[in-house]
Amino acid sequence: MRALIRVVIATAVLLVIYGLQFGVEAGFTQYVQRIILLAGINVILAVGLNLINGTTGQFSIGHAGFMAVGAYAAAFIGVQLAGPVHGTLGPGPLADAIIFNLALLAGALFAGISGLIVGMPSLRLRGDYLAVVTLGFGEIIRILFNNATFLGSATGYFGDSPSGLPEYTNFFWVFAWVTVIVLLIHNLTFSQTGRSLTAIREDEIAAEAMATPSTRLKVTAFAISAASAGIAGGLFAHMQSGVRPEDFRFEKSIDMIVMIIVGGLGSISGAILGGIFVAVSLELMRDLQQYRLVLYALLLIVIMIVRPQGLLGTRELHHLLRRKKAEKPPAPSEST
Amino acid sequence: MSLLELRAVDKIFGGLHAVRGVSFAVEKGAIFGLIGPNGAGKTTLFNVITGVYTPEHGQILFQGKNIAGLKPALIAERGVARTFQNIRIFRTMTVVENVMVAGHHLHKASIPAAMLRTRGYERDEQALRKRAHELLEVLGLAELADEVAGSLPYGSQRRLEIARGLMLSPQLLLLDEPAAGMNSQEARTLNDQIRFLRDQLGLTVILVEHNMAVVMNVCETIHVVDHGETIAQGTPAEIKVHPKVLAAYLGEEPAETEASA
Repeated sequence: MRALIRVVIATAVLLVIYGLQFGVEAGFTQYVQRIILLAGINVILAVGLNLINGTTGQFSIGHAGFMAVGAYAAAFIGVQLAGPVHGTLGPGPLADAIIFNLALLAGALFAGISGLIVGMPSLRLRGDYLAVVTLGFGEIIRILFNNATFLGSATGYFGDSPSGLPEYTNFFWVFAWVTVIVLLIHNLTFSQTGRSLTAIREDEIAAEAMATPSTRLKVTAFAISAASAGIAGGLFAHMQSGVRPEDFRFEKSIDMIVMIIVGGLGSISGAILGGIFVAVSLELMRDLQQYRLVLYALLLIVIMIVRPQGLLGTRELHHLLRRKKAEKPPAPSEST
Repeated sequence: MSLLELRAVDKIFGGLHAVRGVSFAVEKGAIFGLIGPNGAGKTTLFNVITGVYTPEHGQILFQGKNIAGLKPALIAERGVARTFQNIRIFRTMTVVENVMVAGHHLHKASIPAAMLRTRGYERDEQALRKRAHELLEVLGLAELADEVAGSLPYGSQRRLEIARGLMLSPQLLLLDEPAAGMNSQEARTLNDQIRFLRDQLGLTVILVEHNMAVVMNVCETIHVVDHGETIAQGTPAEIKVHPKVLAAYLGEEPAETEASA
């Protein structure tokens, strides 16, 4: 019964997203549609990064590296899968959907494994080591892709066909994945594991004294965070029909940090708002080119002074709404 | 077999010999006091027992097995719970969540199960929450369950640490200055609560405390350390008149004390 209800709800949500896609494609210009897709990808990045930087309190400042791993892995594996899948199923939307989602999952897998490799040594220690290591990792990954000839070196990877990678990424897939990832990470955050991660952030010594296996949990959270950045990378790659090393410069990692700080470190709804904020503000600041980094720096300073906990602090929107409702005296007409 | 036995434990920080050859045994069901002047090495002993520090020499036997050098989480899992001298609660979490953190052994559900909210996960979650509320009831914190832990008054935070420790279903509870910052009324309640833990929950308690009213009232055996070394062990009545203990606390030369006595 429970499973049935869930299937019905999931189908309904997917249908709504599918319906919205027609609205978006009919109602907005290509330019606006692209910003909407980028906003969705940013939400995945921000919610994933928030799990490690916000909830667990371990600062990663090289998450663009995991996004890059996911983007390249998804692009490359998507191209390899295209032949056999089209061979058995024939070309068509079903075959494309299978190729695309397998490619995204491969991107998540590769990014997650890189997360394990980076996290296992650096998360055994307390303190800021993770920040140093991830900063280095982000740069190393970018330089590796810059020099990997089978992935197109500095020109980038565009698959085998002259038109580049197939542009699988559309409104439906982006927001289906946004829904899945936000839901999974939300459930994880508000579970015993999430409580343990928060406890590690609050006081690691006390958490360990309460039998919390802190290293294992930190590494797991970090790998999950990296894997979701990998999904975002795969969606990004198939949105612009190719991946270039310079898409994943250090600025990209900073963008991600801005997303979660603006919204409030430790808040999932804050990360969602922050992801959208960065997508929109990047477009508004497009003419400013590299000066946008100055503006972001100023913004971060202003936030630190005026509202150090970010827009929402560690709270969630739906918790605030629930509290508002509880505070309100019972309305006479409760018929709704 | 004693529940906990220290055999000639040494802990050295660079040039500081913080604990030197300390041995003692705590029987199951005892309320055992560990006292000494400031800087005597009491908290260091707690940190050595709970795995925060690894001793340089000696053995720490818990239920007959050497636990010296194990990671804190493993020692906690075996049944050693503790509180901290400088309260270490999870400040932004609610009171009941603080307690639930220590309930891993009640929560078998895996991370994928948590992400998918399976039936098994929700059953474990409910059992855990129920148990946490029971323990808050025992420590008189039931009404504060949904408050943010950092906003609690000092005495309640100390009791929250005890409730959190109990969530481990421990055999042994180490209390590091539980009465610090409590008024005399709260301290009296604490005495009753410590006895309740032993009598009703079958716990063995080791207590580091400066409040002598509490120590002398509730402990059956008292072990005194000074400068990292054992200077006396005995019943409260014996310790009260022990010349070395008086010397350590009042700062007299032991030789003079003995000569004048």
